[in-house]
Amino acid sequence: MAVSKSGGFPFYGGDRESIFFNDNVRAFLLFVGSLVTFLLLWEIGARSGLFARGFPTASKTIEELWWWVTNPFFNNGPNDLGIGWNLLISLRRVAIGYILASLVAVPVGILIGISPIAQRGFNPYIQLLKPISPLAWLPLGLYIFRDSEKTGVFIILISSIWPTLINTAFGVSNVSQDYLDVSKTLGASRLRTIFKVIIPSALPNIVSGLRISMGIAWLVIVAAEMLLGTGLGYFIWNEWNNLYLPNILVAIFIIGLVGLVLDSIFSALERFVAFGRKS
Amino acid sequence: MDTFSSSAQLSTRNVTKVFYGKKDLFSRLSGKASNDFIAIEDISIDIEPNTFVSIIGPSGCGKSTLLNMIAGLSPTTSGEILLNGVPITGPGPDRGMVFQNYALMPWMTVEENIRFAVETVYPKLSPKQVQHTVKEHIQLVGLTGAETRHPHEISGGMRQRVGIARALAISPQILLMDEPFGALDALTRGFLQEEVERIWEQQRKTVIMITHSIEEALLLSDRIVMMTRGPAARIDEILEVPFPRPRNRETIEQHPEYHALKAEMESHLYRETRAVEAARIGR
Repeated sequence: MAVSKSGGFPFYGGDRESIFFNDNVRAFLLFVGSLVTFLLLWEIGARSGLFARGFPTASKTIEELWWWVTNPFFNNGPNDLGIGWNLLISLRRVAIGYILASLVAVPVGILIGISPIAQRGFNPYIQLLKPISPLAWLPLGLYIFRDSEKTGVFIILISSIWPTLINTAFGVSNVSQDYLDVSKTLGASRLRTIFKVIIPSALPNIVSGLRISMGIAWLVIVAAEMLLGTGLGYFIWNEWNNLYLPNILVAIFIIGLVGLVLDSIFSALERFVAFGRKS
Repeated sequence: MDTFSSSAQLSTRNVTKVFYGKKDLFSRLSGKASNDFIAIEDISIDIEPNTFVSIIGPSGCGKSTLLNMIAGLSPTTSGEILLNGVPITGPGPDRGMVFQNYALMPWMTVEENIRFAVETVYPKLSPKQVQHTVKEHIQLVGLTGAETRHPHEISGGMRQRVGIARALAISPQILLMDEPFGALDALTRGFLQEEVERIWEQQRKTVIMITHSIEEALLLSDRIVMMTRGPAARIDEILEVPFPRPRNRETIEQHPEYHALKAEMESHLYRETRAVEAARIGR
């Protein structure tokens, strides 16, 4: 900076004190510019019938979004529920299923990670169950629980358990030998080593597993709810039956936004437990 | 060396370490079979109490292997290691270890790293006594003011001070240091060597240090064990370092024997290192 000033010869991007050339401002301008362009193209395309017939315009969608956001909590029966209620219903299911999944996945992951034999013994189950689409469990859940609420929670649990389990086991089995050597030379007991060294050392891996699991839980709930009866997923399904696309677009936007917020929380948590390590 | 000193605090007797290769059928079929590797062979040293002993040798000669066996982290293949006449069977807090890469827990602050060691070794101490011990050792290594920092927030030199404080805080009988300054830049290294000399003058604990540096060994040690190149590394010679203490870099260089000792170590290390390099090229 000092060089470019004293020399009177501006380097490219060197003059960071000017707010117009700040990288953050540039990124923000790019974001706003592309958003406006996108909305304009959408509006023009929809009005001139370039897209499918009856596709909602941008202005109509934004108007609906504003209406739903300003009237989030009303209840006129299950097929006419404010988006706030639907969101809370979805979040509640995700929270219950996800917390149950984590309560199983973290301890089991630690046990599996500690013992190489357990790792090899249980690996086939994990690898077999992990790639199954969550919706494949739906009929099974409905048959076992005969209840849409419990089935929703069950599907969240079964699909969000694997990333946390695998990441926890990986983190625990890959604890740096140095930390274990320190623990050994101090004569620490097995239990003290596990709680004071192995788990804190694996925490970045555990948290990134929890983050992936949360993303999956939020993906799965919308799909599951289309078949269950309430929540954001059902809201979309209901509006599809009403053939009212602006509300579907509103729901899509809100689902994305909530997913973003949830992910940011875990991203912050990851930084909090990293202590200078890269995870 | 067939006679063993009775006053020795630590003795290694005919210690040999062999790393067995993979020779099972599966390894052979997959082309991963390897031969046995004799790292060190028939090493016998006696270390008297309150002496500072350095082990120096060309890289790959099994110095760290020897130290790990003394620490109890790695078993001996044959021979035994005695601490106060009792064979070592595993790691224990009677030997404090300083690691080359510090091995500090990144999630613990400076203070917590030291406290973890103290609480592990002395679970019956009252919190007040623990706090006192921790504080005393933070002062000893000159880290007052940095107690609440995490390892990633402090320099390499400061990290190794924490490593030394942690090893000393459990009041071990012997301090084991595995190339403690190997990862530091030259200036920090020199500074920390003088710090270790200062601390050693205060406590006069038995120390076994692995090093690559001739100057470092001469500054700090009472005896220098020179090892031959591996495989099957042996002890070549043990030098007595006669400089009076307390020492510092300038005064020892004035000592009449300094340059002779240094030249002898240099010629030994160069000879061994040249042979190592020649063996590598020839292979």
